[in-house]
Amino acid sequence: MAKSEATSTQAQAPAEQLSTMALIAPALGWIIPGAGHIVQRRWIRGVLLMLSVAAMFFLGVAMEGKIYQPNTGDLLDILGFVGDAGAGGLYILGRMLNWGGDAITSATADYGTKYIVVAGLLNIMTIVDAYHIAMRRKP
Amino acid sequence: MLAMFQTAHLQVSHFTAALVFSFFSSVVFGITTRSLPRDMFRYGAYCFAWFMGGLFVASWIMWLLHH
Repeated sequence: MAKSEATSTQAQAPAEQLSTMALIAPALGWIIPGAGHIVQRRWIRGVLLMLSVAAMFFLGVAMEGKIYQPNTGDLLDILGFVGDAGAGGLYILGRMLNWGGDAITSATADYGTKYIVVAGLLNIMTIVDAYHIAMRRKP
Repeated sequence: MLAMFQTAHLQVSHFTAALVFSFFSSVVFGITTRSLPRDMFRYGAYCFAWFMGGLFVASWIMWLLHH
């Protein structure tokens, strides 16, 4: 009996550790793109993802792209906000420092807006990937 | 330092914007959708090639429509 309880406890320990990482990695990955991989010791992947998402976001800002605010207006504006919010910490930083153009006034600003939205969407992909690694569904 | 991005007023051509977009998107696609490093690289290169091919074809279609 005692032996079976000990075995049961040993079997549960890795599962608890796994579930903790499955919560921490995606949350960290949302706040800092790529950090969900870095915290799981996937250094190269994490750095490459961080550079890619951050470069897209900052280039978008440099092109005077628009950072969408939470809204209930036009459907495309709502979707723009959802995409932007995927960038997590970068989005919060951008809103706090009032980055981005108010209106899209040039073709370059339009590209920039798309860059910022796609940076958020790509970060959602990295968050899902970090979760899969934490759940041992991916090496 | 981060504020320089806000004041940079970067102007790029459509081709440059699409090229940079394709590169970074391909990096993320490759890493997140494949398990092994070699497969990640190959799929990233595959996505990048399709982005560039699509850009090339779309450019010619727009040119033909314009003329």
